[in-house]
Amino acid sequence: MDFANYDPAGANRSREIISAKIVIAGGFGVGKTTLVGAISEIQPLTTEALMTAAGVGIDDPSKVPGKETTTVAMDFGRITMADDLILYLFGTPGQTRFWFMWDEIIRGAVGAAVLVDTRRITDAFAPLDYFENRNLPYVVALNRFDGAPEYEPGEVREALAIPADVPLVMCDARQRDSVKQVLVTVVEHAMLRLQAEHGFAAPVG
Amino acid sequence: MEPRRDPRGALVRPYAVTRGRTEPLQNIALEAVLSCTATQCAEARFAGHDKYRIATVCEGRAQSLAEIAAYTRMPLGVTRVLVADLVAEGLLTLHTAAPATGFAARMNLLGRVLSGLREL
Repeated sequence: MDFANYDPAGANRSREIISAKIVIAGGFGVGKTTLVGAISEIQPLTTEALMTAAGVGIDDPSKVPGKETTTVAMDFGRITMADDLILYLFGTPGQTRFWFMWDEIIRGAVGAAVLVDTRRITDAFAPLDYFENRNLPYVVALNRFDGAPEYEPGEVREALAIPADVPLVMCDARQRDSVKQVLVTVVEHAMLRLQAEHGFAAPVG
Repeated sequence: MEPRRDPRGALVRPYAVTRGRTEPLQNIALEAVLSCTATQCAEARFAGHDKYRIATVCEGRAQSLAEIAAYTRMPLGVTRVLVADLVAEGLLTLHTAAPATGFAARMNLLGRVLSGLREL
């Protein structure tokens, strides 16, 4: 059966609509939803996945009577770029115990931005570790909170042992233009990575 | 958001609306986009309450699986099963989600996303 193009009215002669996604990762309370909200055309939405407290591998809670179900929430936003192109921004659940959800969120993504709060810099170790071991282009974005200590990007890079080929940008997650720049950096980095993988020399500088 | 009108409310076990099925007919990505025409939506009225709610969310405006789950307030896994059913029944159209494989197609997609961002 193939109803993929089933369209009895012929009204919406289907042009394919392509979607892409960028993942916004980071520790709990680092400003992921603020960042998404600063640029999304819709109020950030929340979608929930149900998990038994026991966690991964059991996806049918009804078979485990009495087991508690946990809700994992992900926030996301949308930018409609053209009639046939939509960009989604997905925030990862902050708590590290929900990491199994990250694998699903990053699948097929263009790339990711790991948001870092300079007041709690050590919270960034876990998310950065995660991306270091995945084949997904990512950049690090330092979210400037008011009253946070001012670090030089170089200091942060050293403190967090961020590899030299991973872009590091400063941002203000509340500011649309700043967020836009973070996303542009993600996509540019993804393009360079893809070119490098296909034998194109990366431009110097 | 409108309050839940379903009298079964949150008391119903999450997968009861799929009659206990937890495996979707096909694994639809979070960002995969779905839409339906007015005709498809009208037909979905006979597919059951929850499926009809999904169809109405997608009528005339392409929505991702994640958006459908958020707007219908159904858990993601449950939504995925119902959406895959609707696609198989011809009541929802699934658009390709990040289908770009291969260098040229990937570069083309990235280039379009990049210029889309710059134009914001």
